[in-house]
Amino acid sequence: MSIAKPSLTALASIAAALVTLSAVLIFVIAPEDADQGFSQKIFYVHVPIALTAYACFGLGAWKAYRVLATRGERYDLESYTGVHLGTIFGVLTLVTGAIWAKASWGVWWTWSSNQLVLFLVLFLFYCAYFMLRFSVEPGPRRERISAVYALFGVALIPVSFFAIRLANDFIHPTVFTREGPQMTGEMFFAFCGSWASITLLAYVMYRVEVAGKRIDANLRELREALQT
Amino acid sequence: MSSGEKYVAAAYGVFVVVVLVWVAILAAKLSRLERETGELAQLARGRPAVGDHADG
Repeated sequence: MSIAKPSLTALASIAAALVTLSAVLIFVIAPEDADQGFSQKIFYVHVPIALTAYACFGLGAWKAYRVLATRGERYDLESYTGVHLGTIFGVLTLVTGAIWAKASWGVWWTWSSNQLVLFLVLFLFYCAYFMLRFSVEPGPRRERISAVYALFGVALIPVSFFAIRLANDFIHPTVFTREGPQMTGEMFFAFCGSWASITLLAYVMYRVEVAGKRIDANLRELREALQT
Repeated sequence: MSSGEKYVAAAYGVFVVVVLVWVAILAAKLSRLERETGELAQLARGRPAVGDHADG
């Protein structure tokens, strides 16, 4: 039994509504942090973006596994799109993180935080994916090499995610502990709203990109057929 | 505008700009696809229809 995919128009409309709602939650409902003040509002965009980047890389790896398991050509395109979006959200994570670091710690970057360095390693690992992919001729060989590489990278995600907990990183704050989220109910609600909206926005972007790339591939095939 | 507000505006601004750049890239791609589809339709119209040889 297959589950019908929700329409892209409906998803994009819901994403737009959620983004608007989360902006209200962040700037109107959520109280100002007593310690960091107004600059803590960066948390509501930085953390969901980072989690979305992990999700996109994870999706790219899952589709890569499907490439290897089924040899399906469509999964290669989907895996590539997942990694591509993960890289876009990775850039956003690094930039918003640097802005927040400057506001909170007075520096744009610090090499002494394991969380930051491991995220950078994960990001650079996936940047190299593109170099590898485009250095191989299109075809089954490129699909397999790209899939194996994308699958290897997924191992870095839990390492990066749990780094601050494993290494007792005192610089990068740990908001979610075993005792639950260290914030008020309104703050947590605003965070969840922001996370849902950014994740849905990323999914809409993923669907649009996959559709665009499929049309591109079909047109190429059609051109070849018409020119012979 | 306080310095905290400036940093918040910068962080959210970067996010909005990246999404807008993505939309602009997609719009460029869409116009390319539209042009290519038009070219292919023209190419298809110029070809003899299937069965033309059999008819004569």
